[in-house]
Amino acid sequence: MNSVLKLILDGEALDTAQIGKILGLGAEAVDRELAALRQQGVLLGMRPVLNPSYESEHRVRAVIEIKIRTEGVGGFDGIAERISSFEQVESCYLMSGGYDLLVVVTADNLYKVAGFVHERLARIDGVQGTSTHFFLRAYKKDGFIVNAEGSRRDQPSVSP
Amino acid sequence: MDSSGRFVARHVATLPKSGIRDFFAIVSKMKDAVSLGIGEPDFVTPYHIREAAISSLEKGRTSYTDNRGTQQFREEISRYVAKNYGPEYDPETEILGTIGVSEALDILLRSTLNPGDKVLYHEPCYVSYAPSVTLCHAEAIPIRTVAADQFALDPAALRAAWQPGCKLLILNFPTNPTGGTADRAKLEAIAKFAIEKDLLVASDEIYSELTFEGDHVSIASLPGMRERTVFLHGFSKAFAMTGFRIGYACGPAAVIDGMLKVHQYGIMCAPIMSQEAAVEALRNGRDSMLHMRDKYRERRDFIVRRFNELGLKCHLPRGAFYAFPDITSTGMDSMTFAQKLLEQQKVAMVPGTAFGAAGAGFCRASFSTSYEKIHEAGERIARFLDAIPRR
Repeated sequence: MNSVLKLILDGEALDTAQIGKILGLGAEAVDRELAALRQQGVLLGMRPVLNPSYESEHRVRAVIEIKIRTEGVGGFDGIAERISSFEQVESCYLMSGGYDLLVVVTADNLYKVAGFVHERLARIDGVQGTSTHFFLRAYKKDGFIVNAEGSRRDQPSVSP
Repeated sequence: MDSSGRFVARHVATLPKSGIRDFFAIVSKMKDAVSLGIGEPDFVTPYHIREAAISSLEKGRTSYTDNRGTQQFREEISRYVAKNYGPEYDPETEILGTIGVSEALDILLRSTLNPGDKVLYHEPCYVSYAPSVTLCHAEAIPIRTVAADQFALDPAALRAAWQPGCKLLILNFPTNPTGGTADRAKLEAIAKFAIEKDLLVASDEIYSELTFEGDHVSIASLPGMRERTVFLHGFSKAFAMTGFRIGYACGPAAVIDGMLKVHQYGIMCAPIMSQEAAVEALRNGRDSMLHMRDKYRERRDFIVRRFNELGLKCHLPRGAFYAFPDITSTGMDSMTFAQKLLEQQKVAMVPGTAFGAAGAGFCRASFSTSYEKIHEAGERIARFLDAIPRR
C-alpha cells in the first residue's frame, strides 16, 4: 500500500508537513502523493471525525433501509445514484438480505428526516418501501471510541 | 519521625533505587510532557486475547492452578518454543509459568546462587539484573557493550570480564535499552565460552519476536547449551500484555525444579486468567504480533533518522522498541541532558546511566508511542539543541 495512504489510515492526526517528515519525503511530495490518490479516485476526501454528541447537538442522524423494485426503472444503480445525490444523504450502500439500499442521512431535526423520507424518497419511482431508524447514541465512530477517556489512565509515563 | 529504617536489611538499604523512579515522579506531575520513557507497548492487548481472559472469568475459572501453570498453558509453551526457537521442553518437568520474566529471573537467581557467587551480565541492560543479583548476596559483574558494535556482546569482552567464582551469565537479546542483538556466530562463541567455564546461562528473550534485522537465534538452541540454559520469555512485549504479568521459564529439569520450590512458596502460581489469555496469544496471536512489529519498525526508522538529523548520533536498533542516541555532542552527561530536556522542553527520555555505567553518554527513547508524539518530541528536542552550544 502507498506509504502516505497507510499513514493516514492509521488515524493519527498528522498534517502533511508531519507526514513528510515521518516518511522522509517533504511536505510537497506528500501533497503531490495525495493529489495523485485523489485523481486516481482512491482517496475520496478527508474529514475530521467529530464526537457525535457534539456534532448532533443540532442534528439528527438516521439510517433508512430501502426496498426497491427494479423492473422498468433501470436497475439498482440508477436509483442508488439518484438517492446519493441528495445532500442529506451521508452514505448509500447496496446491501444483501432483507432490503436493497442502506442510506445514512443527517438533518436538522426529526421532522426534516421524516419530510425527506415521504417527500423525496417515497416519490422516487422504484422505491417500494422504507424503514427509518434514528441513531440514539454513539459508542464508536469510524474506528474511534467515543468516550475513550480513562482507558489507559494508569499507565506510568516512564517505566523500565 | 519515622525511624523504621533500622529494620531494613543492610543489603536492601544500600541498594540504589531505580534511576527511572525520579523521572517518573517528575513526568507524572507534568501536564503537557511528551514521554519517550515508556517501556511497554502503546498498543492495547489484541482483542481476541482480552476476550480469552474475559471468557475465562465468565466461566468462573478463578482458582489456583498447578504451581507450574495449567497443563494446557505448558503444552502450548512447549509447542511455541519448539516451533520458534528450536529446543523441545517437557511440559511436565521443564516448563514453569511465572509472573512475567521478572519473577522467572528472580527465582532463577535465588534458586541457583550461593552467597558470594558471581554473575556476568552485559551492560547497558534492564534495570533489575544487577539489583536482583545483589539481593541474592551474590556479586554482579558487568560486561561493557559499545555503540560501535551496535551493543552486541563481544565474546572477547566476556572472556576478559570472567573471573573465578562466576557461575551464571545473563543474556538479553534483543536488549533493553540498546536494541542490540547477537547473531549466530557471536552466540556460538559465547556458548563455547559458557561450556568451557561451566556457566549456567539465563537468556531473557522477552523482545525476541520484535527483531527487525536478521533472524533471532536462541542460545538454548545451540549444541551443548540446552542443558545449561534457562530460556526466559513472556507475553508483555510481543503481545502487548504487560498488565497480565505472565511469563515462563524453560530449562533442564533439576534447575526448573529448584525454581519451582521458590515459586511455590513465594507466589503459588501465575493468575489463571492470565494463563488462559496467554494460551490464546500462543495459539492465535501471531498476526497481531506481526502487525505491531511492523508498526514498531516504521517508527524506529523515523525516530532514528530524526535523532541523526538533529546531530544526536544514533545506531539503528536491531530489535525491541528503544532508540539509544549518543548525547555526548551536547557536552552534557546523560542525567543532565535528560533533566534539562525535561525542564526546558518537557520531553522525557531515560538517562542511559539508569541502565548501568556503560549507558553513560546515551539516553533511551522509546518509540512505542504515536507518530504524533515522536514528531512533537523531535521538534522539541530540536529547539532544545538549538539553544545550547554544540561540540
